[in-house]
Order: sequence, then C-alpha cells, then structure tokens
Amino acid sequence: MEQLVKTFAQRLIKAGLADEDGRSAPLVAGLDDELTWNRPAPETRVLAPLFDRLNINSLVFFRPAAPFDSLMGYLAKEALDSGDPTIQPRDCETRTFLHDLPVVDRFDTDSLAQALTRRKSVIIMPRNEDDFDGPAILAHGNVSPEQGFVVTSSLCFACFVKFFTDYLEALERQIPCPEMTRVFNGVRTLAEQAAPQPPRLTPGPLDTEDSVYRAVIQVGKATVDLGLVDSYFGNISFCFDQTLYISQTGSSLDHLTGCIDPVPLDGSTSAGLTASSELSAHLETIKRTGCEAILHGHPRFSVILSMICPPDQRDQCPDRDHCHIRCPEKRFVGKIPIVPGEVGTGPTGLCNTLPAAFEHSHGVIVFGHGLFTRGKTDFTRAFQRLIAIEEDCKARYFTRIDELLKFQAGHAR
Amino acid sequence: MTLFGWTGNILHIDLGTREIRVEHPHRDLYTRFLGGKGLAGHYLLPHARLDWDDPAMPVCLFTGPLNATTAPTSGRIHLASKSPLTGFMGDASAGGKLATQLKRAGWDGLVITGKSDTPVGIHIHDDQVTLKDAAPLWGKDTEALRRKLAPGKAALAAIGPAGENGCRFASITVDRHHSAGRTGLGLSLGTKKLKYIIAQGSQKTAVHDSAGLKAAREDILRLTAASPALMGQYGFTCLGTGAVFDLMDNRRMMPTDNFKATWFADAGQFNAHAYTRQFQPKKYGCKGCHILCKKIETRTGSHQALPEFETMSHFTALIGSRDLELVVEANSLCNRLGMDTISAASTLACHRELTGKDYTPDQVLSLLWDMAHDQGEGRSLKRGSRAHARAQGAPDTSMSVKGLELPAYDPRGAYGMALGYAVSTRGGCHLRAYPISHEVFRKPVATDRFSFSGKARIIKLAEDLNAAVDSLIACKFTFFAAGLEEYAKAFTAVTGVETTAQDLMAAGERIYYQDRLFNGAQTVAENPDDLPPRFFTQAGSSGNALEIPPIDREAFLNTRERYYRVRGLDAQGMPLKEKALALELPWNSL
Repeated sequence: MEQLVKTFAQRLIKAGLADEDGRSAPLVAGLDDELTWNRPAPETRVLAPLFDRLNINSLVFFRPAAPFDSLMGYLAKEALDSGDPTIQPRDCETRTFLHDLPVVDRFDTDSLAQALTRRKSVIIMPRNEDDFDGPAILAHGNVSPEQGFVVTSSLCFACFVKFFTDYLEALERQIPCPEMTRVFNGVRTLAEQAAPQPPRLTPGPLDTEDSVYRAVIQVGKATVDLGLVDSYFGNISFCFDQTLYISQTGSSLDHLTGCIDPVPLDGSTSAGLTASSELSAHLETIKRTGCEAILHGHPRFSVILSMICPPDQRDQCPDRDHCHIRCPEKRFVGKIPIVPGEVGTGPTGLCNTLPAAFEHSHGVIVFGHGLFTRGKTDFTRAFQRLIAIEEDCKARYFTRIDELLKFQAGHAR
Repeated sequence: MTLFGWTGNILHIDLGTREIRVEHPHRDLYTRFLGGKGLAGHYLLPHARLDWDDPAMPVCLFTGPLNATTAPTSGRIHLASKSPLTGFMGDASAGGKLATQLKRAGWDGLVITGKSDTPVGIHIHDDQVTLKDAAPLWGKDTEALRRKLAPGKAALAAIGPAGENGCRFASITVDRHHSAGRTGLGLSLGTKKLKYIIAQGSQKTAVHDSAGLKAAREDILRLTAASPALMGQYGFTCLGTGAVFDLMDNRRMMPTDNFKATWFADAGQFNAHAYTRQFQPKKYGCKGCHILCKKIETRTGSHQALPEFETMSHFTALIGSRDLELVVEANSLCNRLGMDTISAASTLACHRELTGKDYTPDQVLSLLWDMAHDQGEGRSLKRGSRAHARAQGAPDTSMSVKGLELPAYDPRGAYGMALGYAVSTRGGCHLRAYPISHEVFRKPVATDRFSFSGKARIIKLAEDLNAAVDSLIACKFTFFAAGLEEYAKAFTAVTGVETTAQDLMAAGERIYYQDRLFNGAQTVAENPDDLPPRFFTQAGSSGNALEIPPIDREAFLNTRERYYRVRGLDAQGMPLKEKALALELPWNSL
C-alpha cells in the first residue's frame, strides 16, 4: 500500500493536476488492515475518519493546480449558488463514468461522507474563503488509489472542457458574465500555450513484433507528455502481420509496457477481451482504410469545439439533448469531421460512426469525447495529425472568443 | 404500508405436513437483508446446527427487489441451504426466468422445509400453490422431465437422477439451460423428495419511480456497452464466458492435470473460437438480460447450451482430455443428470491422479453416469473429491476448499483469487469476491496479481459488494462495468427507499457476516479457510516471460490474518459477538 499511495501521488504531480509541494500537494491514502498516507497533513484529521464511515480502501485528495483551480472554483461556486450543488458536464467521460460532479461547501467528515456515499468524488468549495482553502477534490476507491487518480483526472478534464465550452456559449448568447470573464482572462495564457516540441518517433516500417510494441509504448508516452490525453484514457493500435496490437482497457498510455494485447484479425483467439473498449472501432477502421496506425487522445480543445453548436441552431434542434448519440447535421472543424458515438460497441457506440468517417479523413473528432487520427507504416503522421488538429482547434476557439469579445465591446460602445 | 419492489409475501411450504403458510414480513426485514442471498441466509441461520438432511433444514429460494423490473440483468434467483457437499453455507445463483415468474406470481421467496414421503412437485400459479405427485417423474433426467411437463411460459426448476441418488454435488437445472450448480443444492431438494418447482405469474412488480429506474437503466446500459469484457467483440455477449479461456492460457492460469500444472499445451484448440466455428452458436440469456452470455448451439438442431468457461477448461486441461465434442457431451449430460460440472470434472481429475490412468471419452461419460446413479466407481466419486480422496488415503489430491472443488482460475496466478478461494464462505468459489475482475480484466482498475498487498481489504469489500448484488438481485458480470452507485439508483427508484451505494455495501457486509455466523456454528477440526497444500509447494507452469512460483505460505497466512481483522473475526476466523451485534445480527440464536 505504501508504494501505491506514493506512486499515485507522483502520478498526479506528473499529470500537472497537483504540485510537488505547497497548497496543491496531493494527499493519498490506502487502507488494508492499517491506514497509510503518502505524507502527514492536517487534513488527515477530517479525512481519516471517512475510512470508518465508508466501505473504501483508498482516498485521493488535493487542491488542483492552475488552471484547474480557478475553473473548478468558478463552476463549483456557480453550482452551489444555483441550489443544485452538482456540476453537470456534458463530455463523454463524465456522462459515462461519473454522471455528475457533486459539490459541498464544508470540509468536514459528515459532509464529505454524505457526498461520497453517492458518487466517486466530491469537490469542496467553501462559500467563505476563511473556512477552508478551496477548491479541493476528494475521490475514493475500493480496489486501489488508482481509482481516485483516474476519477480526479477525469474531473479536472471535465471541468476544463465545461468551463471553456460554457464561456464560449455565454458569449455567443451575449450573456454578460464578468466573473466568468475574469476567470477566463486569468487562465487564458496557460490554456493558450502552444504545444511543446514533439519528440521524434521511431520511423517505419515497423516490421517486427518487438518494434511494434516499442513504437506503441513510445507514442503512448509522447501523447501523454504533450498533454494530448489524460494518462488513463485514450487508446493506440498498430496492425502488423494480421494482428492488431492494441492498448489494454484502462491502461495508462504513458505506462503501456505489459499492457498491449495482440489481437489476431481472424478472431482465432479472444485475446481482445482485455483490449481497449474501442477495439471494434479500430478493427473496422483498419479494414475500411487499410491504415496500420491509430491514435486516440482526448485533446481538450478538439473536445471543446466538438461540443460547440450555434445557440439558435441548438435551441431549435429536437436532438439537442442527444448530441452525443445523434446529430442531424454533418459537422466539421475545418475539414475534420465530428461524429456522435458513445464509448464501446452498443447500438449508439462510436464503432458505428468512426470507421465510416475515417474513410474520408485522416482525423475524426468524436463529440465530447476525443480525437482519433490514423497513419500508415508508423505513428509519425498520426501523431503529427493529433497535434496539428488540436492546435487548429485551439486557434479557432480563441479566434472566435476574440471575435465575440470585440463584437460585444463594439455594442457596448 | 405499501411496498414497492418487494411483494411482501414469503411462502413457507412444509413438505412433511403439506402445510402452506404465507408470511408478510415487516418492511425492516427487507431493508436489512434486501432479498435473494440476504433473506435466504436470514431464514437459514436459526437452523445452522442442524444436519444438511434434517427435515427441518430449509431450502430457500429468494428473489430480490429488482427482479421482474427493467433494472438490467435482474433475472437471477438465489437458492440456499446447508451444503450436502461442504457442511457449510451452501448457496447458488441461477439464471433463467424462475425469479421473474415467482415474483410475478406475487412471492418474494420460498422457504421449503420437511420431507415428503413420496416424490412431489410444487406448482405455483399466482397465489395458487399446490403440491402434486411426482412419483411417475422420479428417475427422469431434467430434459425428459421438461418435455413431460412442457412448462411453456412457466419457469421450471428441477433435479435429475444425481439429486435423487445422493450425489453431493447435485445441481438444480432451471429452464433447461441454467443451473444452481454449486454446493449440492440438488441433493437438498432430492432428500426432501422434491423433484421440481414450476412457477408462473401474471402480476407486475410495483415500481416507485419509473422515470428514475429508466435513468438508472440508461446509466447501466451505457457502462456495459463501454465494457470490452461484456459487450466487446471478444466479450461475453459474443463469445460467452468461454471468452476467458484464452486469457487463462495466456496468463498461465489454466488448471491442468488436477492443478499439477497451470498451462495446457493444446489449449488453443479448445477456446471459444473453436466452439463458435464448430457449433455456430446463437446468443441466449436470462430473462430481461441484454448481455446474453449463454451460447446455444445451432449445428445439430438439439439447441443445447454450450459449456461455460469452467466446464470448457476442466473437461479438457484439468482431466487431460483433448476432445472438444466430449466437453459438449459431458456438459449436456451433467445438465440432464443434474450435476455441477466443476465438481464433477474436478472429482474426475482427482480420481485420474489417484489411479494414474488417463480417461477415454467413453470412460468420462460412463463415470458421470455412475456418479448420478450411485453405481460402480460412482458410489465413491459422487461424494465429491474431498471424501473420495480421503477414502483413498490421499486427501491432498482433492483440489477443493471446504470440500467445494475449485473453478478454473489457478490461484498461483492471482493472489487475490488465492485469498478469495480460501476465505469464501461456501468453499472453493471464484464468485464471492471475483478478484479476477481487477487481477485479470483490469476493472475497475488493474491490481498486481502476484501481490497480496492490499488484498485483504479488497477481498472483504468485494465480498460485501457481491453479497449485496446477490440480494438485489443483479448479475455479477454487470459489475465489470457498472457499480453499486448505479444500482443504488435503481434500487431507490424501484423500492422508494432512499439508498446509496454505501448503504448497499453496509447491507452486503451484514449479509456476508451472516454466512460467517452460519459457518461458525459448524464443528470443524481445523481452520477451513485454507488452500490445498499443493499451491504452497509446487510451482505452476512458467513461460511467456512469467514465473509462476508456489504461493508463499507465510505471506498467505499474514494476508489471511489481515483479512480476519478487516472482516471482524477472531484469529481463527470465527465470528465475534460485538461485530455481529454491531451489524444487527442475532448472536443468541446459535
């Protein structure tokens, strides 16, 4: 347990969600027959009794690092003020796995226990700054601290996407939102930063099984390092010698060693049982396009733009509450198609929409979910496309924001 | 007070006196024990000290509040009695439509006591309950019985010759393709001379909040659709539980030659793909289930169920057979005779090790027949591997825990599974804690399968969770994807009782500790929470860059000790009064 709590504290720091020290240093606990913390902290007085109140074996607690702190703080305060203390993002991960994000305004054992009896996590946002230094996130697990890591990571992603989506929509609707603008201005520089220089990936052809494994591991790490996916999500595959080598379900793309399943294309084994939930979409894409490499990340602005719909059009749309599974319009960011589709293989799964869209494009955005790119012979082009599309989405987002701000400023004059 | 979800009616049938009585329990009983396993255990506990074949020992069949609603995977029923095989708590979950029909007939459960002098069948049609002479049907196998009774839309649970002839691992066959397989509950019915139960109902389950249930259902369906293990193209929906076969091969966890090895060289010929190619199966499942994990063969027109994963593995690797047709035949024969395939195959594997002689396919089928008919070598084999191995002077060749034979996950390849097997209240069972979920399927997250770190509490929490699941009732497979968070929402919507995931976990803890109280009332010579010695002394089959060493005995014992502390038991694994009372369980009744 001691090793596990330290590992996931470090993973939070590496992911940029928490800081090495100071107010945003993570606090991680694991319980077998004895309780273990990664570090001493005054908050343990409130958190430790939760293990007596809940049937859990781990907790992850931290005050998120910038820019998540101010985004989350704004959304949490908005939720508390609305009378319904839950944040309700519309992205795929939240919709599928978290449902909604409860908020409490008190850092005490009772309030936290009550919230965690219903959901995997809670955001703590005091109404009065003197009461508690917030916002903070608390998540639990019953198997490993990794559950808390995954949930808090998803939660930060969901809040980021929701804030930027909401802000653009508010400007489109010409709703005055000075507090939101203040927060936006505070995080814009950080959010708008250009992607760091990408590493050079191993060039193809990948003509041995060993080279495929190494290439998948390499591109997985690079995708996480560039912030194009939160560690736990996304998936990667490469087809070689009638076998698809694909990352396993629930694997971290920056820790893929030992987490790649070889799936024969003839279906002669069920080795794909533990493969990514998007295995079917990968297999069908390869069949339709003849590509060999598929890369799937959750770059934030690709996801944000996929969820933006002109307000007047959205208000009239009979499917406005079902954008994630059906949309009457053919939608694009530039030339990149946006398709609906849920995780997995259900009747509304993205396995039914993604492969067809890939026949006409090297990249496809799935509504509220993420970006898929494909390539031939190696991961170089797929990786470049992932970066380029995300940079394009980011540029389009901020251009639109500037247009709207300019328009509003003009009106104000 | 109006009940939603539960019918408020429990049927007590005394087969000795032929008395039929209806009980209307207080709502509090339902909220404390939920249904299914929880209520069955509640009605069994006062009788814990009776012999398994005492006329007063009940056989309980219980539905749960979610049965016969649109809550996903809520088609299963839970059965329980003292196990004729182990002498401990004996319970099993069965699919099909029995739960749905029983609930629609207006019953939350049946408590069957007494012994009939002559074979009988119980007929339930709504509130009409009758006992019928089954003497002409005694001796028939479950398939012949089904054809004779032609149940149509009604549900049918029946025993075969194994349950009539003292086979300690006799099963109950439900609606032809489903079984209450483990712990010998078929013999519990057989000793009461109860040949079958047939049930049909016409009522709807009262649901408190239909919109809330619909929302919960959508959440659960979305999660299962996202699960590769369930609905992926290599998951249970497409390939059945046999999808696990290749994983066990790849992970070097396939019990081979009575657990002397963990890798079967010819496994690739007997995987789910081989069955699909040979039998062109169609999907089939329990009433109202969308996962449809059962596979029915369409090649011959017999429409028999294809074997589940454990049967596929044990009737090949464990007994050293390389005949795919034999697996299908053996599976079908066990279902007709009413025998648990896991215990049957494992007892054969034990016998093979003792004799040193391989089986021909005919010998396998012949021995299965003899076990069910109490003849030839079957007279000893029908008592299960533990009794058979002891009689042969080689008790360590029984690969069982508490006398219940182990399923097809070698514990040397998954240490959570090792602990889970050992401390399971019904014996060698993979389903009580189902650690394969995280040790192999990576859900909800992956854990290190070669480490005991953290496993004591993980196993305890999983046991609590699964006890709640078996009481709601839902299928454990769903929990590869969904969680109690979503099912608490469904429970609240169905019953109107505001309930959280943690409330259900608390109920699960109470229900599981109830098993410990039941087992604690049994007289034992040594701690039964242990694995066969082989796992601590012999290595598995290393390969694929994997070392499969023997399990470190000291590490195992340390972890078991931690488990006892976490579970609230004493150092010998016995229940504690303070803990029982804290969980609002009776202490004095024992």
